[in-house]
Amino acid sequence: MTELSLIRNFSIIAHIDHGKSTLADRLIQQTGGLTAREMTSQVLDNMDIEKERGITIKAQTVRLDYTAKDGITYQLNLMDTPGHVDFAYEVSRSLAACEGALLVVDAAQGVEAQTLANVYQSIEHDHEIVPVINKIDLPAAEVDKVKAEIEEIIGLPADNAVLTSAKSGIGIDEVLEAVVTRIPPPKGDRNAPLKAMLVDSWYDPYLGVVILIRVIDGVIKKGQEIQFMAAGTKHLVDRVGCMRPKLEILSEIAAGEVGIITAQIKEVAQTRVGDTITDAKRPAAEPLPGFKEVQPVVFCGLFPTDAADFEKLRESISKLRLNDASFSFETESSAALGFGFRCGFLGLLHLEIIQERLTREFDLDLITTAPSVVYKLELSRSKTEDARTMELHNPADMPDINRIAEIQEPWIEATIYCPDEYLGSILKLCQDRRGIQKQLTYVGGRAQIVYELPLNEVVFDFYDRLKSISRGYASFDYHQIGHREGDLVKMSVLVNGDAVDALSMIVHRGTAEARGRGMCERLKDLIPRHLFKIPIQAAIGGKVIARETIAAMRKDVTAKCYGGDISRKKKLLEKQKKGKAKMREYGNVSIPQEAFIAALRMGEE
Amino acid sequence: MSNPLALYIHWPFCVSKCPYCDFNSHVRESVDQDAWCAALLADMAHEAALTPGRKLSSIFFGGGTPSLMPPSTVAALIDAAAQHWGFADNIEITLEANPSSVEASRFADLAKAGVNRVSLGLQALDDAALAFLGRAHSVGESLAALAVAQQHFGRVNIDLIYARPEQTATQWEAELRRALSFGTDHMSLYQLTIEAGTRFETLVRTGHFTPADDDDAATLYDMTQDMTRAAGMAAYEISNHARAGHESRHNLSYWRYDDYIGIGPGAHGRRLKCATQRHKKPENFLSAVDRNAHGISAEDHLDPASRATESLLMGLRLSEGISLDRLSSRTGIAPDKMLDFTAVDKIARLGLITRTGDRITVTPQGMPLLDAILPQIVAVEADAAA
Repeated sequence: MTELSLIRNFSIIAHIDHGKSTLADRLIQQTGGLTAREMTSQVLDNMDIEKERGITIKAQTVRLDYTAKDGITYQLNLMDTPGHVDFAYEVSRSLAACEGALLVVDAAQGVEAQTLANVYQSIEHDHEIVPVINKIDLPAAEVDKVKAEIEEIIGLPADNAVLTSAKSGIGIDEVLEAVVTRIPPPKGDRNAPLKAMLVDSWYDPYLGVVILIRVIDGVIKKGQEIQFMAAGTKHLVDRVGCMRPKLEILSEIAAGEVGIITAQIKEVAQTRVGDTITDAKRPAAEPLPGFKEVQPVVFCGLFPTDAADFEKLRESISKLRLNDASFSFETESSAALGFGFRCGFLGLLHLEIIQERLTREFDLDLITTAPSVVYKLELSRSKTEDARTMELHNPADMPDINRIAEIQEPWIEATIYCPDEYLGSILKLCQDRRGIQKQLTYVGGRAQIVYELPLNEVVFDFYDRLKSISRGYASFDYHQIGHREGDLVKMSVLVNGDAVDALSMIVHRGTAEARGRGMCERLKDLIPRHLFKIPIQAAIGGKVIARETIAAMRKDVTAKCYGGDISRKKKLLEKQKKGKAKMREYGNVSIPQEAFIAALRMGEE
Repeated sequence: MSNPLALYIHWPFCVSKCPYCDFNSHVRESVDQDAWCAALLADMAHEAALTPGRKLSSIFFGGGTPSLMPPSTVAALIDAAAQHWGFADNIEITLEANPSSVEASRFADLAKAGVNRVSLGLQALDDAALAFLGRAHSVGESLAALAVAQQHFGRVNIDLIYARPEQTATQWEAELRRALSFGTDHMSLYQLTIEAGTRFETLVRTGHFTPADDDDAATLYDMTQDMTRAAGMAAYEISNHARAGHESRHNLSYWRYDDYIGIGPGAHGRRLKCATQRHKKPENFLSAVDRNAHGISAEDHLDPASRATESLLMGLRLSEGISLDRLSSRTGIAPDKMLDFTAVDKIARLGLITRTGDRITVTPQGMPLLDAILPQIVAVEADAAA
């Protein structure tokens, strides 16, 4: 066992590209966790997508043994937290498992807006925050200016910030020393009934579900019967250990420590992030505070391009779900897309990640339908049914308009940080999306804007637009603030007179016409010309609100006969047939699958 | 009686490579004429040995620039062909020629060698356009060559390339009217297409010029159909026009999917249910003939489904359309296993195809859309042969 005074639990907060992963790798290397040869770059971000996007999706942890200048060896637990608003709840649980954080700031870039949200969360958890100014060996490094920014913008003293270059290995010992001397040790009572927080869990093909825990009180050992307090289930612990970053089996994890356990659990869905783990025989009186059931907020349909891939899609989704209980799925059938799944996600990034993993790891071609949020509908009485409320996840399930007494849509409170110069266009974007401004303040040359926004205005391309109008400098954070009544209607899209169910969406009446027009214009460019002219219409009920026409194709022919070389024509025919197989037929019109995705990206309006 | 047999002979050399051309043509400092004559004769002998007892209905010298061949080589090849197979009555022997004075000076000898039809690559009747197309001749020179050709050969075709960048309808109308006034019995009117690997493709990619827009090109195409029909030279194939009875017999063999033998570099053949292809690069061809006594680089058996598909791809280019009964009897595949009749009927309702009896015909309105129509209707099932 390790004395509480010799344990330090900390996370690293950094803007993308400010060197979080490189620093983490250096800390592991310096303390002998891995040899240089074993380090693929950025050990903690395992998934390809994490490495490519520079974001952390699953929380990771590593235990380091560090012998400090005082000659004593300390146990350091580094928690790598997810870095995106979609995973805000997971972030809050990871932070709750630590006593301190390293705030890594790029010496040339300075404090970035995105960092602030996480720093504030960390401060809320009463963390001791150690500023680390990284990349100090860059020619453009301005250490003093960055120190001033940390003090002015974040309000943290920065005179004793640690100066590093993780890339060149400068200042790594100083970081480790600061962790030991400045971050407080955890508190806890080894003899109290077991109380451990379930920080994260993932599926390992060899070990089954692996659970990352932080023990608050008591001890957890192999063979112990434990209980998940929120889920109410009991399990037998069959493995206790920690990541170094390779798995090391331990005899116990005691109060104050971070580690992993397995308990013959088959599905990640049985483990809920934030749940309290206690001893089944000697349970804790109270669970830990802060547990929340995570609910998907964005839904969309995923359909295989090739209908024959439906079973493969089911298997693939089930496999992903093994490791990510935060998304849900159920079978859905569409008139034109055939069988697929209605899936729920924590947010748009989460949606994109799942979609990308399905295409990449399982080699599936997918059609994604318009993302939708969860509407609450008040239905009035009908001849056969009483008045009731329902949740609507799919515009296709919209009941008869005459029965709808009220539609409520989810709203969020969004906080945006951006450099001053982009403020005007960002305010316009928020206004265009039916936003209500709540706050506008300046923090050192940067604006902080708080807006209330309907979530359905955000799920389309809000991030993309925000990123493009601020050239990547704006950051965005949100939380849900409940449902509100809205003047919402279902907009259908008709191609050659046939409604394309995959493109129908719920929109605000006030923005319906602009949305419809934008959609028709985009489809006009996305659908290739056919042998006949094709009307494209957007309609609310029977009323057409926007219309475009794709003119009939006039010429598509091979002029020459190539001296009897028929193979060219045959190749062309085969290519065209293959292309045709990737299209979907609506009212005799072939729509390429890219059109479904691209049609939903709102351009400049 | 066996079906007609056509012979294609490819001469791969040009003085210079035209920027739009993606045919198998090569520029060489010098050509060993004796070696080439011998190689082509050997390649021909190989094919002749495989097709005994057939008579030739046509010979076509294509290229490259076959008008650069020594007339003695042309004569030797024609004589050898006569020896190997024998000629059907009224055999058509065509040679492609550049309309330059040098080449025109050989027309008399070529006629003597047995050539009875020339295809002149006029390409344009505008000096600036000829320069743009990389042609070495002027309009004046072309017309002089045309006059010589009309003197020596019973039948003359002229090639023109239209829908050039920025060519207006008015300009093309005047150009075509002038071309029609020459009184040839055959015209090949090709729209300019930008082919992969050509100099034009590079120029388009680097923004040096923009090809004609498809809609504008369609307007020119429609105009061309009206004018040629009025002049008694309606299209019998997408880009080919002739006075009745003066259609290119040789090219009809391709489109009707009769057997044709292709010799010389890069030549394609269809005979004995096989697709043949020759080595494309002249040097490789020569060494192949040296080694194997033929220039074949690939010879593939065509199953009934492939033959049916090819027949449809070629046959539907003709205004006469295609007889499904004939195609069925040739391939053993039932018509409903070759075509998607639901799609055929749908497209027929748009006025782009007609069905009369067992015959499917693409209408003049459908012709410029053929590449879009074919993938929708041609659906030959593999192993469909009874």
